[in-house]
Amino acid sequence: MLTLDRNLLHRFGLLLVILFVGLALSLLTDTFLSVANFTNVARQISINGILAVGVTFVLLTAGVDLSLGSVVALSGVACATFAHPGDHSVFVPIAVGLLTGAACGLVNGVLVTRGGVAPFIVTLGMMTIARGLALIVSGGRPVADMSNELTALAGDFLGVPIPVLCFAGVAFAAWFFLRNFRLGRHIYAVGGNENAARAAGVPVEKVKLFAYGLCGLLTGLAGVVLAARITTGQPNAGQAYELDAIAAVVIGGTSLAGGVGTITGTLLGVLLIGVINNGLDLMGVSSYYQAVIKGVIIVGAVWLDRRQARS
Amino acid sequence: MLRALELRKDFAGLTVLYPTTIDFLPGEVHALMGENGAGKSTLMKILAGLYRPDGGQVEWREHHAEFTSPHDALVAGIAMIHQELMPIPDLTVAENITLGSEPCSAFGLIARTAQLARAQELLDELESEIDPTRMMRTLTVAQTQVVEVAKALGRQADVILMDEPTAALSDHEVAALFRAIARLKARGVAIVYTTHKMDEVFRLADRISVLRDGRLVGTAQAAELNPAKLITMMVGRELADVFPVRHPPSDDILLEASGLTREPAYRDISFQVRRGEVVALAGLMGAGRTEVVSAIFGLQPASEGQIRLKGTPLSIRNPQDALAAGIGMVTEDRKGLGLIPALGVGQNITLSALRDYGRGPLINHPAEAAASRTQMSEFSVKANSPSQPIAQLSGGNQQKALLARCLLGGPDLIILDEPTRGIDIGAKAEIYALIQKLARAGKGILLVSSELPEVLSLAHRIVVLRRGSVSATLDAASADQETVLRHAMPL
Repeated sequence: MLTLDRNLLHRFGLLLVILFVGLALSLLTDTFLSVANFTNVARQISINGILAVGVTFVLLTAGVDLSLGSVVALSGVACATFAHPGDHSVFVPIAVGLLTGAACGLVNGVLVTRGGVAPFIVTLGMMTIARGLALIVSGGRPVADMSNELTALAGDFLGVPIPVLCFAGVAFAAWFFLRNFRLGRHIYAVGGNENAARAAGVPVEKVKLFAYGLCGLLTGLAGVVLAARITTGQPNAGQAYELDAIAAVVIGGTSLAGGVGTITGTLLGVLLIGVINNGLDLMGVSSYYQAVIKGVIIVGAVWLDRRQARS
Repeated sequence: MLRALELRKDFAGLTVLYPTTIDFLPGEVHALMGENGAGKSTLMKILAGLYRPDGGQVEWREHHAEFTSPHDALVAGIAMIHQELMPIPDLTVAENITLGSEPCSAFGLIARTAQLARAQELLDELESEIDPTRMMRTLTVAQTQVVEVAKALGRQADVILMDEPTAALSDHEVAALFRAIARLKARGVAIVYTTHKMDEVFRLADRISVLRDGRLVGTAQAAELNPAKLITMMVGRELADVFPVRHPPSDDILLEASGLTREPAYRDISFQVRRGEVVALAGLMGAGRTEVVSAIFGLQPASEGQIRLKGTPLSIRNPQDALAAGIGMVTEDRKGLGLIPALGVGQNITLSALRDYGRGPLINHPAEAAASRTQMSEFSVKANSPSQPIAQLSGGNQQKALLARCLLGGPDLIILDEPTRGIDIGAKAEIYALIQKLARAGKGILLVSSELPEVLSLAHRIVVLRRGSVSATLDAASADQETVLRHAMPL
């Protein structure tokens, strides 16, 4: 019961922090509290949100994925390469983007499980490999000239931005999966105590492979969505995206040691980071200061949480 | 000189050392004897400042001493050689030996030459030929143990606590250690010594204290004892009413292991388990018991040999294979290989058999909750609710939950590795009753236990292991503790 209460308390606390920041921004600026701005925030957080949901799976298994940003760029470039008007149906570039991401994730997973290399090292390597591949495939230049069908992915559907719908769908599916699928339970078991999970008959290697593969697939999705939004495949896109994603997950209460964490927590973490980014923009804070402030808030939020956990 | 006064220690609400008073005298080798889990290591760790006592106090040179860390004890003059070796693998032998007492020159720089000389001197004292410039990582277990001993000698301590210092040593190295101990005695150093080797006790010890179940049975001059008397003191207890009646097994062979080998842990291990039979693997720590059952469950498969279940040869590469074939296991290492600490009790119980409570890849939550509640009441696991994290339960309740997990899938062969270690007598009795119930239901039980009364009262047959080989297969009805120990002890 205690842990359950702690989780609730944590999420409740996080929600209070978000409301507090929102209230402060409503008073400090006259632009924050508006439907247009809220839509804007939702649109801005959707890419980080999709990445954060994916990396939640990896962090739950006590792993890490540092290659998110580079794989976003590679998937976006791969997608854009197949998205010139009149070349293919719109489903081809989307599938290419998703599969590129999934392939990177599976390579990470295979090296972690079969190769026995630490996730930090494997994904650090993938971070530079994927970035390099993105530059090679694109010749170092943005891949432009995308079909309208694809760039329409950044548009609205029934008044709601499609990236936001993607994020919402991914988040709901992930929540449902972790809660109701046997494989979801196995992810918690592997992260909680890998050796005990193995002794209990959990197929530890498959579970990890799935987590990295799924994270890669969602990274591919984020790459496609980003390419649609900026209407190019940018080989330099997605720099340091992994840091915002991992920060959101950790703020949301997921333990870097694995086995503890929820999708709802991750959503709140994504929301907090998004609101802070938006607020600093609205207040006209220089991006140099924004970086410092965001770092302080990330470390501060986790520090407060851990202090509360110890007491 | 050093006195344990009414020392008591509890772990998670369970008393592992009841108030115990022992005096340790200068120039004396004092042996602490007892079965695994009797409280010897706990007592030593309190004296060495590693544990804080929950009652009583340590008196050092007739003053109350409060050691809050091993460093405090070291400064006072108490050094310890640990049973679990704690080398730093990427430092040299000399750096390990002088760790924490490095000879320094001006400006706090380490004086390399003096360091090497000091290490060489200590190794010479142990008549060892280990090169002090070698990396610790390259040493054998026996050599590592010699280095640990040298490290303790180098502390110039007045008391040296030695927790099974010879477990990994060859006869030659043991002899050298004994000569070093004799020299220490002559200098007036007090030695506190534990071992499982009978011959060592009577060669070394001046006085012997026997612990059993965390209580001091008595202290006597070594000259007044003999091995038989000592064994009786170590194991003698009445547990008759705790153990339920055994029923005769069937003739139906369930498990047949033949020629299991994985050097250097064990070799050519063969035995059978019939339906309705409890077979115990007995032996000292390190005899290979856990390794053999781990092979049958697929945790660490054997390199040679065959396992047949119900006549069918099995190829078991991992626990999944074993579970699918109908073999379940409760491991000795509850924390490391059993519990998923953050998951609820119920989720821990259903982990191995989750497939039975759902459709396709989905979990059926009501069916799962019903199954965990049934198991919890059947095994009398006391918890607030199935969602309470298992880490918050007592050791006995955790163990019962793990038994519930193991049995939920309905295995035919059940491997229990030290199923009653570190749990209280009430929970022990429940587990004993359960074992007989399972046997009566036609299951085969393979039991590993270091507690001889348990082995003798629960098992139908006892397979005794000594240094990785079967030294005897005994009929429990006609065996006694002395016989088992005689086959288990390396001579």
